[in-house]
Amino acid sequence: MEAVGQIKAIDLKDEKPQPAQKIWKHKHILDLDDFSPSEIDLVMQTTEAMHEILSRPIKKVPTLRGKTVVTLFYEASTRTRSSFELAAKNLSADISNLTVSSSSVTKGESLIDTLETIEALGADIVVMRHPYSGAPNLASKHVKASIINAGDGWHAHPTQALLDMYTMLKHKNSIKNLKVTIIGDIIHSRVAHSNIWSLTKMGAEVTICAPSTLLPKGMDNPQPYFPKVNVTTDIDKAIKGADVVMGLRLQLERQQSGLLPSIREYSRLYQITEERLSKADNDVIVMHPGPVNEDVEIASTVAHGDKSVINEQVTNGVAVRMALFYLLAGGSHNE
Amino acid sequence: MNKSMLIKNSRIIDPSQDLDVIGDLLITDGKIKEIAPDVKKIPTDCTILDAKGMIVCPGFVDFHCHLRQPGFEEKETIATGSKAAAKGGFTTICCMPNTDPALDNKATIDFIKATSALEACIRVLPIGCITKGRKGLELADMGELAEAGVVALSDDGSTIADSRIMKQALEYSLIFGLPISDHCEDAMLSNGGQINEGIIATRLGLRGIPNAAEENVIARDIGLAKLTGARIHICHISTEGSVELVRNAKKDGVRITAEVTPHHLTMDEEMVLDFDTNAKVNPPLRTKKDIAALISGLKDGTIDIIAIDHAPHTDNEKLCEFAIAPFGISGFETALGSLMKLVHNRDIEISLLISKLTAMPAKIIGSKFSKLGTLKQGAAADITIFDPDAEWTVDTKDFYSKGKNTPLNCHKLKGRVMATIFNGKVVYKDKSVKLGVKA
Repeated sequence: MEAVGQIKAIDLKDEKPQPAQKIWKHKHILDLDDFSPSEIDLVMQTTEAMHEILSRPIKKVPTLRGKTVVTLFYEASTRTRSSFELAAKNLSADISNLTVSSSSVTKGESLIDTLETIEALGADIVVMRHPYSGAPNLASKHVKASIINAGDGWHAHPTQALLDMYTMLKHKNSIKNLKVTIIGDIIHSRVAHSNIWSLTKMGAEVTICAPSTLLPKGMDNPQPYFPKVNVTTDIDKAIKGADVVMGLRLQLERQQSGLLPSIREYSRLYQITEERLSKADNDVIVMHPGPVNEDVEIASTVAHGDKSVINEQVTNGVAVRMALFYLLAGGSHNE
Repeated sequence: MNKSMLIKNSRIIDPSQDLDVIGDLLITDGKIKEIAPDVKKIPTDCTILDAKGMIVCPGFVDFHCHLRQPGFEEKETIATGSKAAAKGGFTTICCMPNTDPALDNKATIDFIKATSALEACIRVLPIGCITKGRKGLELADMGELAEAGVVALSDDGSTIADSRIMKQALEYSLIFGLPISDHCEDAMLSNGGQINEGIIATRLGLRGIPNAAEENVIARDIGLAKLTGARIHICHISTEGSVELVRNAKKDGVRITAEVTPHHLTMDEEMVLDFDTNAKVNPPLRTKKDIAALISGLKDGTIDIIAIDHAPHTDNEKLCEFAIAPFGISGFETALGSLMKLVHNRDIEISLLISKLTAMPAKIIGSKFSKLGTLKQGAAADITIFDPDAEWTVDTKDFYSKGKNTPLNCHKLKGRVMATIFNGKVVYKDKSVKLGVKA
């Protein structure tokens, strides 16, 4: 695609990752709040190279041969986990999957103990999903392996935000000044949080839209702790002129906790419908991290319509995660 | 230990008698004997402590701490907690009843008293429960608790959610004149919240605790105190709105007192930015604006006392995901050093700080137990000696408390307790302090 023409070629024929990326400073990927724009750029460029590998008949390179990746999931996940697994396999890493029931977290099984065990098994990279915010931050302080946050509580989901940005770049010239509207359960959404960080760092104009009970607190004066974005409860205003409209999964239990009167009312007021979408930019793309509650947060006709890039997001997820593995391994190779 | 002791050349501050002089203080037989610019008649064998450049004041009195015994001895015991308190300059501490079993009857109070007599190096005064088992359902036998020697009643850690029970507790407490000390938190509203509700909670993806969770219950308690004429004491107030509520209630003649902790006075919500579970405390650390309001409340008398809410936990309990870590900060050994920041920054006068740690809490406890928080002649020689300018770095490895849970580890503080004297006996002394003896 010409849209990402500025991406530099990265030579992947070498068996070992090259220490060329001096801008890359990360040992762990916990959130995007500490990523510089040039690091995000580098991830995008590396992802483009990985994307090229995925289009080959044999999608396998030896970059991570001899490295061990362990996935540690305290929450059920199909997409994210298999995306990481495929990414690791494409790079020839050894991969082992560990599922821990989230109930064991509260039963005194210490996260640190589990991580120490994983490390004793020789893990170089631990991909971690956890129901509690900050669990990967804790983990990163106690193990030598690199930690990749695959989603923690309401806090962050950095790899999702990076694949979202890559998908946007595949369709738009640049992130700068791009009008991105995120609609839905923002306060409980790690996807929204990480997207707000990465998009604002790259100069996008972000609008968040939700019923007031699902909007994050403190957004009238968020700096320096959080980026400044437009906040509205008016979905029509939020969508008007948008280049990207992103829906979020609504957890259906939000109704029971009194945050919403009913799912029916939510759909009526906040569903991304064809009619509402007609007010967006003509070339608008529609995104969703999945899995979609069809006809709740997004009309099925929109989710499957010609503006939807939801399936592309899934494909791009593998490429982004390959890029991140590659960059992390390169970092450790430098040491 | 010699029967007499002379503390020389110090600045003696005793807010109970508006005293601020440079001079000597003589102790004999465990009591304050004399304060004079230069004590001439020194008994033989008198221990001499040269306290030049230091401040000598009544021993600190803490109205709110957790000694964890019985039931949670892995976190703290009466022996270790009192030792930590002595190191922090405290000579009297009041322990909260959220132990296991809870301190809701005479037997448990007797246990605290007996254990303290044997193992505590300072005075420990128990606080009894308001309701049986701290369940908020039925009143504890307050008469029995009063006779057993509790200084107040509290279900600290929980609020009595049922306003009718709270009203009756206040009414019933009138018989004994004991204050009801309330942990004010609308638990339905705080709803498992972790830190202050606001932008930091948004950034970290943690559930917030709104100010109103505290303020709603304070407003209710004020209404009930007004209705019943009983004494209400508000624990650890943390918000600007709470200060305003208490201020107005005092103007209105309600019998209300309030406390604030060193951590709420000196640290804001930024302390949790790195998911530091050692800064997880309830009520949560709030904003700079709240801190300014708390300081002004301290100055105008809205907030009567500084209480530590020393809440020790084990390392293991705090070494976990933020959401499942227990609330609480181990506070005795950093209290003075943190609070002196307010003096060094010229937010408050040193005499005001000392008053909030001595004469004022003594006033809330009352004279039933002994004459506390004063250096008046004849009073028990409970004395704190501190160097207001000594800089030091907090190292939790040096803590006497079992609880190393403080966000201040490795922080530099200015102001250090050099010696603590209880009933005329040195119960804590910094390594640098040398005692001499008059031949």
